[in-house]
Amino acid sequence: MEFFFISMLNGLSYGLLLFMLSSGLTLIFSMMGVLNFAHASFYMLGAYFGYTLSGAIGFWPALVLAPILTGAAGALFESQVLRRVHKMGHVSELLVTFGLSYIVLEVVQLVWGRVAVDFTPPALLQGPLFTLINHSTQGLSLVSGAAGAACQSADAAVRIICSPFPATRGFIMVTAIGMMVSLWWVLTRTRAGLIIQAALTHPETVETLGHNVPRIFMLVFAMGTGLAGLAGVIGGFTFITEPAMAATVGSVIFVVVVVGGMGSLSGAFLASLLIGVIQTFAVAVDYSILQLLADIGVKLSANAQHNTMLQLSVSQIAPVLPYLFLVLILIFRPRGLLGKRDA
Amino acid sequence: MPEHSTPSSFARSTNLVWALFAVLLVLAPWVFTSNLSMTMMSQMGIAIIACLSYNILLGQGGMLSFGHAVYSGMGSYFTIHALNMLGQGTLHLPVSLLPLVGGLAGMGFAVLLGYVTTRKSGTTFSMITLGMAELVFAMSLMFSEFFGGEAGVSGNRVVGDAFMGINFGPQRQVYYLIAVYTFISMGLLYALTQTPLGRILNAVRDNPERVEFIGYNTQQVRYRAFIIAGFFAGIAGGLGALNFEIVTAEVVGPARSGAYLLFTFLGGATFFFGPVLGGILMVLAFVLLSELTKAWLLYLGLIFLFMVVYAPGGFAALIMVNLRIIKAGAFARLLSGYVGLLASGLLMLAGASALIEMVYHMQLNAALSSQLVFAGVTLDTHDSSHWLVGSALLLAGLAMFEWQRQRFMQVWEQVQSELAARSSTGSHA
Amino acid sequence: MSQTPSLSLKNLHKQFGKTQIIRGVDLTVQAGERVAIIGPNGAGKSTLFNLISGRFAPTSGEIHLHGQRIDGLKPFEINRQGLSRSFQITNIFPKLSVFENLRCSVLWSLGHRYSFWTFLSRLKDANELAATWMERIQLAHKRDVLAMNLTYAEQRALEIGITMAGGADVVLLDEPTAGMSKSETERFIALIKTVTQGKTLLTVEHDMGVVFGLADKIAVLVYGEVIAFDTPDQVRANARVQEAYLGSLSEGH
Repeated sequence: MEFFFISMLNGLSYGLLLFMLSSGLTLIFSMMGVLNFAHASFYMLGAYFGYTLSGAIGFWPALVLAPILTGAAGALFESQVLRRVHKMGHVSELLVTFGLSYIVLEVVQLVWGRVAVDFTPPALLQGPLFTLINHSTQGLSLVSGAAGAACQSADAAVRIICSPFPATRGFIMVTAIGMMVSLWWVLTRTRAGLIIQAALTHPETVETLGHNVPRIFMLVFAMGTGLAGLAGVIGGFTFITEPAMAATVGSVIFVVVVVGGMGSLSGAFLASLLIGVIQTFAVAVDYSILQLLADIGVKLSANAQHNTMLQLSVSQIAPVLPYLFLVLILIFRPRGLLGKRDA
Repeated sequence: MPEHSTPSSFARSTNLVWALFAVLLVLAPWVFTSNLSMTMMSQMGIAIIACLSYNILLGQGGMLSFGHAVYSGMGSYFTIHALNMLGQGTLHLPVSLLPLVGGLAGMGFAVLLGYVTTRKSGTTFSMITLGMAELVFAMSLMFSEFFGGEAGVSGNRVVGDAFMGINFGPQRQVYYLIAVYTFISMGLLYALTQTPLGRILNAVRDNPERVEFIGYNTQQVRYRAFIIAGFFAGIAGGLGALNFEIVTAEVVGPARSGAYLLFTFLGGATFFFGPVLGGILMVLAFVLLSELTKAWLLYLGLIFLFMVVYAPGGFAALIMVNLRIIKAGAFARLLSGYVGLLASGLLMLAGASALIEMVYHMQLNAALSSQLVFAGVTLDTHDSSHWLVGSALLLAGLAMFEWQRQRFMQVWEQVQSELAARSSTGSHA
Repeated sequence: MSQTPSLSLKNLHKQFGKTQIIRGVDLTVQAGERVAIIGPNGAGKSTLFNLISGRFAPTSGEIHLHGQRIDGLKPFEINRQGLSRSFQITNIFPKLSVFENLRCSVLWSLGHRYSFWTFLSRLKDANELAATWMERIQLAHKRDVLAMNLTYAEQRALEIGITMAGGADVVLLDEPTAGMSKSETERFIALIKTVTQGKTLLTVEHDMGVVFGLADKIAVLVYGEVIAFDTPDQVRANARVQEAYLGSLSEGH
C-alpha cells in the first residue's frame, strides 16, 4: 500500500521533472519550429553550474543563478548561431543543435571530468520529507521527516515498514508546479506573455505590429533553456550529475514530446506524467512473464523455464518502456495523445 | 534547338572516373603498405558504404535519421552469428558472401521498423529514428544471448576451406573483399540515383506535397528508400563484423549513428561522392585525429557546427563550387580572401587548442608537472600569461575571421552572380 | 441519356474549427467543359480546389470524379484516377531541371511506379512525353536549367506542364496567371487554351478578360456558395451576381 503511494509520488515527481524539460522544448518548438536537440545539454549545464556555484556561493543563490546562466548561454547560442541558420530550414536548425549537444558534452567533460561529481542537496532537503509507517498493530501513520527509532520494534511479533519520501523529490514537485503556475501567469496575464503567445503562431504578424520578433525568439529560447537549467540543478542533486545525464534524459523527453503530440503543452504534460509514473513503477517491479505464468498455474517445459525473454522482469525492461510507448503511439495514434492533426 | 551536353561524352567521362577508382582500389595496398594503412583502408571501405547508404536518406531523400546504426549494427550481429554458425558447420556459405547476410538483416529490420518510421516526415521522423535507435540499443543490453552482453560476440573469419589460397586470414585479403563490396555497392547506389525511384525520391526531398499531386504516395517512396538504405547499411555492418571479428553493442548505439550523420554531412550530402569523402574522413578522424589530441570530439563538433552555418553542402560542395570557379577563371580574385580566412582560422585554432589542451592537462594529469608540450610548444598551466595569450589568440582570430569573412563574401557574391548570369544565357548548367 | 459528368460536387461543406468556408456547394461539370470559378476574395475558391484535389477532406458532402466518389481520398489516389491540379503559389521541384520536372510528372501515369531496376535514360516513353510537353510549354530551350533559376512566368508555365503532363483529363488550374503582366497573361492564356484542348478544365481566375475569353461556363462563388453557374453572357446578366460581385462590368465590355 505504502509502496504504491510512495512510488506514485516518486513517479509524479519524475514526471514533473520531465515536464519542466519538455515544456521548454515544446515552447521553443511551437514558436520557432526548431526542435532543440541540445535541450538536455542545457539541463546538464544547469546541473554543473549549480554544482560549481553552490560550492562557491551557497546552494540557494546557486539555485537562482544557475538557471539564469544557463538561459544566458541559450540566448547567446540563439543569437549567434541558431539565427544564422534559421533561413536554411528545419534540417539545418536541427543539425546545429545536434552539433551543440556534442560540443556541450565535450566541454563539460573537459572542465568537470568524465566521472560523476558529488552534487549533494542542501541540509534542508536532505533526508525524507515524510515517512509512512505501516505498523502491523497500530496501522498506517505519517511522520514528518525521518522516522528513526520508530521503525524498529523491540517486539519480534510486530512488523513495522517505513517508507520514506525524499525531500528532494518533494522539492521537484513544488518547483515544477511553481514553474508551471508562473509560466501560465506570465503567458496569459502579462503583456509580454500575450505578445509571446501571438508570436508563437503568427510571428510575421507580430513583427508587422512593430515588435522585435528576433528578440522575442531569443527571449523564448532563453526561457526554455533556463527552465531546462532549473530542472538540471534540481535533477542534478536529486539524481546524479555526470556527463551521461544529458543523453539519458534527452531521448526520453523527445519521446515525451512525440507521444504527447508535437507542439502541445498539455500533451507534453500528460505524456511526462504518464511516462514518469510508469517508468518509476516498472523499475520497482521484479515480476516477469515466467512468474506470471507460474502464478496462473501454467506448466512450462524446462527449456521455457530458462528462456531469457520470459525471465525478463518488468524492472529489467523498464528502460525500454518509453520507446515502446513511442512505437505504439506511432502505430495507433500518430499525431500523439493531444497533438493537432496535420493539416 | 541548341544541343545540350551529349549523353555519350558525359557517360565516357563518368566511366573513366569509375575505372580510375577501381584501379585506385586495386593498387592502394601496393602504395600504402603499412599495417596501419591496411587497417585504415579496410575501415574506409566499410565507412564509405555506410555513409553512402545514409545519404540515400539525408542527401537524396531529405530525411534526417539519428538511428542509422541500428541497421548496420544488426547487419553486424547477424553476420557474426552466421560466421559462428559457419564455424560450427550448421551453415554452409562462403565467408565472402556473409556480408549479404548482413545486408538482408539490415533490410529486414528496415522493413519492420521503417514502416512506422516513414509514416511521418521532417522533424518528427528524426525523433522517431532517435527513439527507435534508443529502443534497439536498450534491448541490446537486455537480450544478452543474441547481443553478447558486455563482451559482445566474437567470431573467426578463417573458417571453411580456403578458396585458391584465400582464407581471409591476412588483412590484405579482407581489404580486397571489402574493396570489391565497396566498388559494387557504390556502383549500385549510383545507379539508384538514375532510376525513377531515385529521381522521385529527390522530388520528395524538394517538394513532398507536390509529389502527391503527380500520383506518388510519398510515404511509399520514403519507405522503399529506407529499405534500400537499410540493405546497404547491413552490408557495411557485415563487412565490419568480418573485419574486426567482434561485434559489441556500440555498433547499434547512438554514438555511431551520430558519427554517420556527422561525417556524411561533413563530406557533403548534396553530391554523390560527398559521403565517400565523409567515410574517408570518418576513419581518419577516429584513427588518426584521436591519437593527436584528447579533445578531438570537441574539435569535430566545432568543425561540424561551423560547416552547418557556413558550408552546408560539406566539403564536396566546397570542392565542386571552387572547381567551377577555377574553370571559369575567376579563382585568382578569391585567392587573397581564402588566404585571409585560412590565416585567421589558424589563429583561432592555435588559441583554442592551447586553451583546450591546457584545461585537459589540468584535469587529467594535474598530479604530474604543470607543463605540457603541445605542437612543439611548452605550455604551463600555472603560468597565467599562457592563458592570456591563448585567449587573446582565440579572440583575435575570431575577430579577424569575421572581418575577413565579410570581405570575402562580397567578392564571392560578385563572382557567383557573374557565373549565374553566364550560365542562364545560352550555355547550360 | 446523360453521360456521367466528369466532376460533380454534392452539397459540399467545409469548416475549419467553427469557421464555415464552404457552405453547401453543388456543381456538375460535363466532360470537355471549361469552367471558370470566380468570386470575391475569401469566397473559398482555393479551398474548393483543395477539397476536390484531396488536400483537405470535406466536412460533409460528396465529390464524384467520373462517377466515382473521391471525397476523403488522398491526393495521390485522386490524381491516379485522372484529376490533376496546379497551384496558385508555384509548386515545382526547384533543384531539378525543367526536363526532370516534367519527366517526374509522367512517371506514374506511364506505369513506372517505384522502379529502381531501370534507368531513366532508357525510358523512351517517359523521355519522349517529357520532351513533347517541354515543347508545348515553350521551355525546350531551357531544358537543363534548374527550375529555381527560371523566370517567374517560365516557372508558371512549368507548373502547368507538371500538372498536365501526367495525362489527367480533369484539370484544375488555381489562378494560373497570378502575378503576370498583361502581355504575359495573354500569351499564357493562349498556351493554356492549346494544352488543355479536349480536357475538362476548372480554373480560378480574377482577370475578367481571361475568364470571358477562356470559359464555356462560369461559376460564381460567394461566401462558400455557388450563386450562379451559367454561360458567361447569362452570368453577366444575372442580377444576383451583379449585386454581389461584378457590378461595374455590366456597363463595360
